[in-house]
Amino acid sequence: MSDKIPVTVLTGYLGAGKTTLLNRILTEQHGKKYAVIVNEFGEIGIDNDLVVGADEEVFEMNNGCICCTVRGDLIRIIEGLMKRRGKFDAIIVETTGLADPAPVAQTFFVDQDVSDKARLDAVVTVADAKWLTERLKDAPEAKNQIAFADVIILNKTDLVSAEELAEVEARIRAINPYAVLHKTQRAAVPLDAVLGRNAFDLDRILEIEPAFLEEGDGHHHDHDHGHAHDHECGPGCDHDHGGGLKHYHDEHMQSVSIKLGEVDPEKFMPWINDLTQREGPKILRSKGILAFKNEPKRFVFQGVHMILDGDLQRDWKANEERQSRLVFIGRDLDGDMIRAGALACAA
Amino acid sequence: MSSAPPTITSLTQFVVEHAAGDHVVGAAYLKQTPALALADGGVLLIQGEGAAQRVEAHPNAGILTAASDGAAFVTGGDDGRVVRTTPDGKTELVGDEKGRWIDALALSPSGAMAWSANKTVTARDDKGRLKTWTAPSTPQGLCFAPKGYRLAVSHYNGVSLWFPNTEAAPDRLEWKGSHLDVTWSADGRFVVSSMQENSLHGWRLPEKADMRMTGYPSKTRSLSWSHDGNWLATSGADAAIVWPFSSKEGPMGKPPRECGVRPAKVSRVAFHPGALVLAIGYEDGFILLVRLNDAAELLVRKGDPDNGAVTALAWDRRGTRLLFGTDGGAAGVLTLPA
Repeated sequence: MSDKIPVTVLTGYLGAGKTTLLNRILTEQHGKKYAVIVNEFGEIGIDNDLVVGADEEVFEMNNGCICCTVRGDLIRIIEGLMKRRGKFDAIIVETTGLADPAPVAQTFFVDQDVSDKARLDAVVTVADAKWLTERLKDAPEAKNQIAFADVIILNKTDLVSAEELAEVEARIRAINPYAVLHKTQRAAVPLDAVLGRNAFDLDRILEIEPAFLEEGDGHHHDHDHGHAHDHECGPGCDHDHGGGLKHYHDEHMQSVSIKLGEVDPEKFMPWINDLTQREGPKILRSKGILAFKNEPKRFVFQGVHMILDGDLQRDWKANEERQSRLVFIGRDLDGDMIRAGALACAA
Repeated sequence: MSSAPPTITSLTQFVVEHAAGDHVVGAAYLKQTPALALADGGVLLIQGEGAAQRVEAHPNAGILTAASDGAAFVTGGDDGRVVRTTPDGKTELVGDEKGRWIDALALSPSGAMAWSANKTVTARDDKGRLKTWTAPSTPQGLCFAPKGYRLAVSHYNGVSLWFPNTEAAPDRLEWKGSHLDVTWSADGRFVVSSMQENSLHGWRLPEKADMRMTGYPSKTRSLSWSHDGNWLATSGADAAIVWPFSSKEGPMGKPPRECGVRPAKVSRVAFHPGALVLAIGYEDGFILLVRLNDAAELLVRKGDPDNGAVTALAWDRRGTRLLFGTDGGAAGVLTLPA
């Protein structure tokens, strides 16, 4: 398991700064070698013999699952790279600005040869602080990329005011409250914040936004109250705008988080399978850490649309509360239905 | 004198191992010389016991795919180059795709060759004339027809049969899904591809009748026809799955043979050039010879988890020697006792 090659997926809408970040990763001295799978071959001005040009080829799997798509080119390229696995430490996959991250992520679950040798480390999304708010309105791809992210690089913050920055951050949080968010200029983020995250190992998910998770019994903040105390601020404006982060609800994309105690696996497994089969097209990502009754190990799962992957991992520590936590991010999710279903699995 | 008979006859004392040094991508006999194509860009020509000449066919690059016509080794690299290496150690650049990976390669008995990089398929006839065709998606497998200048190209949703010397659009054999390797039977009547969904798909020509061959626990990445054309051996299961192709309908309605059942997946298969004997390489490095008629098994090599899965198998032309290589850089030659 630990000798699987980590793969970082780099997404972001056109012009957000993906290539800038990629060039930094390839030129900075960090003692690691990366194989890079890019789409716009030639955009990277770096002489690296492990830069591979790919055509994004999204294939449907013939397994009766309508949203089960994979990147055929990735399967082929990773197979080829694995013949030279001593030459690099990790793989970075750059997607085009218009790409849906789901087929990339699903490739790592669906294809046995790929999942035997490589593991998805994190989906990193680069977002343009100035234009993201607009793109979230008119480009569904941009919203998907935010929803999918484990790490969000909110770039070009020097091009917006503090107000605008708070605004775009609130928009991001409305869609994806649990990704790690870094605010940057020229994609200047410490690379260890981007690479080697182990985000798909889940050991740290759900722990980074404790305030968010502690809501537990439902959302009770106001709907889109950002306008209530709005005014046009000049550059000199430094007064308080009502305190704290604005809280938006995105109209179509939301997250549902659930916290409960021990869970009965006999109830949970059929429920989660049924939920993801029925609601899979709407659920972009799901993650969870579960305390099964009478089970000393933590059950950890994650999913993309209908595909679920989970197993028993490390033991619960003596000082750890045996608590089950679940997060779903998706489009038009029925939060009450999902929450009620999960709570009914309590042991 | 009532000792139990040995469960399996061993040929291990007739095997000479040669350290290849890197992942073996392909194996072939170039006339009498055993040759290995390595992932680190080298072609190893084995000269005798412990002696080998290394040819830098792809300097500072890697070999992704290799094919041989028995006279030379043709290799496709991640440097975009297609290189022909002869047993005297000379190399010749036959194609250059400017850094794009060479994903698939095929040679024809008449001296033509073909390769693909991204969606572009290039055919090079025996006089060196090039023709190109853009496939609907990146091809993963190429195979020449047994007769005539015609190429099968596998891609998403089917296989295309292309005559490089005509302007006509290639004939399409359709089946939904991603097709990987492709092979053409010696009588030209069957085209068979392996698929992403752990199955094979075949077409009977000229009717294009579909044949589905399913039940594999993993992908089939090695296909080998018997010398008489009556059997197709395949990898991807805990035994070599051998489909009967002797009748007009092909394998439809007939169960395949399962040869060399072991608790490890078969990674390579290679039929003997003159007898119904199949060489089977496994993911754990084991190699067996299995006689099709009576399922008798001979042990060639015991596995060693440290030196990897068998990734290449090749018989010499007379069928007296078997060359093998693994993804862990081990290799060797079995010389059958006379």
